[in-house]
Amino acid sequence: MAARSSTGINRGYGWYLIPGLVLFTLFIFAPFVANIVVSFTRWSGIGMPTWIGLANYQKAITDTTFWLSFRNNLSLIVAMTVIPTLLGLFLAAFLFDWVAPRVGSGAASFFRAAYYVPQVIPVVVAAVVWRWMYQPDWGVINYLLGMVGLEAWQQNWLGDKTTAMPAVMAVMVWIQLGYPLVIFMAGLQRIDPEMYEAAALDGATWFRRFRSITVWLLMPEIFVVVLTTMIHALKVFAPIYAMTTGGPGNATIVAAYFSYKNFFERSQVGYGAAVATVLTTVILIVAVLQVRYQTQQESWEG
Amino acid sequence: MSYATRNRFSNFMAIAMLTALLLLMLGPLLMILLNSFKSEPEYLTRGPLALPLTWSLDSIRLAWNRINYPTVLGNSLYISLLSSLLAIVISLFNAYAMGIGKVRGATFFLIFFIIAITLPGEALIYPQYYLFKWAGLYDTRLAVIVILATLNSAFGTYLLTSVFRAFPRELVEAAMIDGAGPFTLLWRMVVPIALPSLSVLFVFFFIWTFNEFFLALIFLVSNSKQTVPLAIALTKSERGVVITMQSASSMLGIIPCILFFVLFQRTLTRGVTAGSIK
Repeated sequence: MAARSSTGINRGYGWYLIPGLVLFTLFIFAPFVANIVVSFTRWSGIGMPTWIGLANYQKAITDTTFWLSFRNNLSLIVAMTVIPTLLGLFLAAFLFDWVAPRVGSGAASFFRAAYYVPQVIPVVVAAVVWRWMYQPDWGVINYLLGMVGLEAWQQNWLGDKTTAMPAVMAVMVWIQLGYPLVIFMAGLQRIDPEMYEAAALDGATWFRRFRSITVWLLMPEIFVVVLTTMIHALKVFAPIYAMTTGGPGNATIVAAYFSYKNFFERSQVGYGAAVATVLTTVILIVAVLQVRYQTQQESWEG
Repeated sequence: MSYATRNRFSNFMAIAMLTALLLLMLGPLLMILLNSFKSEPEYLTRGPLALPLTWSLDSIRLAWNRINYPTVLGNSLYISLLSSLLAIVISLFNAYAMGIGKVRGATFFLIFFIIAITLPGEALIYPQYYLFKWAGLYDTRLAVIVILATLNSAFGTYLLTSVFRAFPRELVEAAMIDGAGPFTLLWRMVVPIALPSLSVLFVFFFIWTFNEFFLALIFLVSNSKQTVPLAIALTKSERGVVITMQSASSMLGIIPCILFFVLFQRTLTRGVTAGSIK
């Protein structure tokens, strides 16, 4: 009886996978495989590609722009993962166990919502806003510096090799901060306030409680935030397109933009495909770490 | 210092610090808002911080016409709506087959979909571009609609499958014994129960699609087909382009998103804090 009912239940459901699998094959799987194949060829996008084996990958190894683009992705990991996670932890703990009890929980949720606003607007629009503020002649940033007598600090922020990448990083911190903050504050709801009070009675300072209770209890959230934002940082394209187009020179080039440039500006489709394949590999390694961690969590919980 | 004054002082310091950060986080948006209502000469003489002498709509009108706001907003809404609906249907079908139907190889397919979520757009874009050119569908909104629907449905499938796997088996089996076919079961039982999850997914798909940039950049080359983020990114910030028009066009890009946020705040915060979304 049990066996019959389970085969009966499984019959007729396979059809429902067909639309999804057709679209998936056409728009994701086939392009993914084609891109890998193209990465072993020389191709301008017109005519037939020429098979050149691993030559594109060999070229990448000696190409300084290739390495620079991934190094800039590392800078973006600092701006989108490291700084927002650390700052978000402090802010979440501060709003939760300092502001909420003394000033009121309304104030805490107000600040949380306000800091989250940059997350709501499209990334590319945020980048356009900052490009406008960074403008050297009339932009808000240089205006403010002039107003407080720091004319010497005025810069062509996005147009100078030395300041362009830090300026982009600042924007990414601004965009990202709200995300870990909201996640961490939700996680803090699990914390029993009595544990804090007991620690305070034992004479633990705020920082000590922060380190040994808050951070420890938020470990699952920290892990999720770190891995997802790392993947986001590796995928960054739109802010670079809107603010610097990778320049000046190649000062702010990132892997995704470098690949795009090879595809659509330099007609080096094979090389662009190789860069995209390397980027995919790096992202998949981070993603595998995440899935492994999550399944581990589930097996602990279940 | 007495305990009470010290306490009041540190409260004051805390609020001051948080307010300073608040200015940093909201300042850029306030600057955009303030200067969208000025004329360029006024911006240049009185600076970006001054309140407008006369609140003028000229810069906004200029931006409105320059990016052709009604058209691009219409395109964005059209693409987001159709793409999200398609993504919902595909996610629902996939998850139904794998979560309730438990078809053979479900885990294998699921891994496929999870990998698809993490892929960078660059690893797919050139073949996609080539395919749509070949099919004569390059520079159509349809291209963006179907590609984004497929990409988003990978996430939807992953999420809904785990929801459906937790579905009580007794209910499903009871319905089967009553002679309900797969379609009746889906339409009469699974959809009504899963409606809350489906609506959360829909809101997320809609906002992701609305904010999407890369595919729009590659596929939508004619002005009449552009989306809001694309049109705004393409307004250049160089000398000779009216400064306050630039801020006004950014403002036009921010407003719909703030509206969505206010409208769907509960849904969104619930989704974000659920951890797996975004």
